[in-house]
Amino acid sequence: MSYILETRGLTQVYGAGTPFERTALDHVDIQVEKGEILGVIGHTGSGKSTLIQHFNGLLKPTEGEVLLNGRSIWDEKGKCSRKTRFEVGLVFQYPEYQLFEETIAKDIAFGPTNMGLSESEIKTRVAEAMDFVGLDPSMAGQSPFALSGGQKRRVAIAGVIAMRPAVLILDEPTAGLDPAGRDEILAQIRDYHARTGATVLIVSHSMEDIARMADRLLVMNQAHVMLCGTPREVFAHAEEIVAAGLDIPEITKVIRELNRRGIPLDPSIYTVEDAVRAIRAYKEGR
Amino acid sequence: MLRDITIGQFFPGTSAVHRVDPRVKLTLVVCMIVTLFLAAGPVSYALLALYILSIIKISGIAPKMVVRGLKPVVFIVAFTAVLNLFYTPGNELWSLGFLHVTDAGIKVAVLMVVRILLLIIGTSMLTYTTSPIDLTDGLELLLGPLKKIHVPVHELAMMMSIALRFIPTLIEETEKIISAQKARGADFDSGNLIQRARAMVPILVPLFISAFRRADELAVAMECRLYRGDIGRTRMKQLRLGRVDFGAIAISAAVFGAVIVLGRFGW
Repeated sequence: MSYILETRGLTQVYGAGTPFERTALDHVDIQVEKGEILGVIGHTGSGKSTLIQHFNGLLKPTEGEVLLNGRSIWDEKGKCSRKTRFEVGLVFQYPEYQLFEETIAKDIAFGPTNMGLSESEIKTRVAEAMDFVGLDPSMAGQSPFALSGGQKRRVAIAGVIAMRPAVLILDEPTAGLDPAGRDEILAQIRDYHARTGATVLIVSHSMEDIARMADRLLVMNQAHVMLCGTPREVFAHAEEIVAAGLDIPEITKVIRELNRRGIPLDPSIYTVEDAVRAIRAYKEGR
Repeated sequence: MLRDITIGQFFPGTSAVHRVDPRVKLTLVVCMIVTLFLAAGPVSYALLALYILSIIKISGIAPKMVVRGLKPVVFIVAFTAVLNLFYTPGNELWSLGFLHVTDAGIKVAVLMVVRILLLIIGTSMLTYTTSPIDLTDGLELLLGPLKKIHVPVHELAMMMSIALRFIPTLIEETEKIISAQKARGADFDSGNLIQRARAMVPILVPLFISAFRRADELAVAMECRLYRGDIGRTRMKQLRLGRVDFGAIAISAAVFGAVIVLGRFGW
């Protein structure tokens, strides 16, 4: 199995030599499989935001390396090619604050234009990206600043999707959105993954959101990888997750409480559907 | 990059230097600047250098950080040194074409460099060891008498606090926006001057928008807490002079007095 993204001994130290010195990542080894949805979880300061900025070369490792398709993204001269940025699309937290153009279409076209694509190609990509995030084509000429917060975020996400990255990374894509907006954005991301087969990384501190859509979960804690595996494997370690100050899905909590009261159910269940099935089976078997 | 700017930065601590009343510190810094310009010879400069070095030592701030803060002024210092070196009249030691180096020139150049360095280190020690809030509080209290002639001292001090408070926030914001645009393939490091200036637009537009948004939010937050300026406002932390302050005043007065006296004799 070859990995699309890989880190080996990745270490990042901020403010080395000052009173503010802080290790954000400490010898982190991660493998991302091609075409998967990987959920990255950890709370503030666990190093997850630092980690994703390494994936497209925005940060230079203090130590260790980052491999894209098996090749280091930093060449011998210590430079990172701009192509990496187009291959690995990174959507920052609150991406709506990066909008700057007069019209939605122009803003989305910023990335593709930097790639040096032809005008017709840029047009196709802008239209395609707007479709992915559910923006009506008639909005293309509007100012992005007149939109609502949720709409602005879609424009910003479209701006990265328009580069057609092989790996799409989203940092807290649902932060500050209402439940309806959150579900919609997550559904669109899932849809994008299904239609393009791109590898998707979603960073969040909410287990609830991520557990349902990710193929694998990566739990970061204090600059280290604490757990990595399928949601089932990860939630089997619920105690450690709670001890690290992170939440487990509500339904897992319910199951664990039932366990405590003497009802033997699989403690790694993390979806309501599975829970219903398990409880039914238990009742029938009794 | 942007984070490396240490001028105006504050390093929290509990040393005696940190604990000196901001009013005293401000006054002493002003006196120190005056004294620096009255200092005439090597002896007085050495005394002042010793004074400032002891402050660094007592404050517990890493000398490396102090040196790093000098980086932005290296050019000015070098420029001053070169000018003084070549354009001071005196006994010629060496010359090449129109360039003449004199004994007086060397002396003046060295003293000027020392003077500028001490000036910058001395004043940065003020901001390194005083939190921005203490600093503006001190300034407001010192300038308090000007309120009598309707100078809006409180408002000016408040604006200064807010400005200082937002420097790190805006730096962080700028870095974030730069990263976000770089992630979309923005290129800030190549092209000619016009292309580079144009490349700044994707940074400046979001930065301005966010600065206005923050200003707006801050104004609302202040009004929610019934802020209405200076009238009838009390302080949680009353500044009172203590032993550390009188000690600092006594030592500094002795040093400055000695330097001024030595200066009269040209030492």
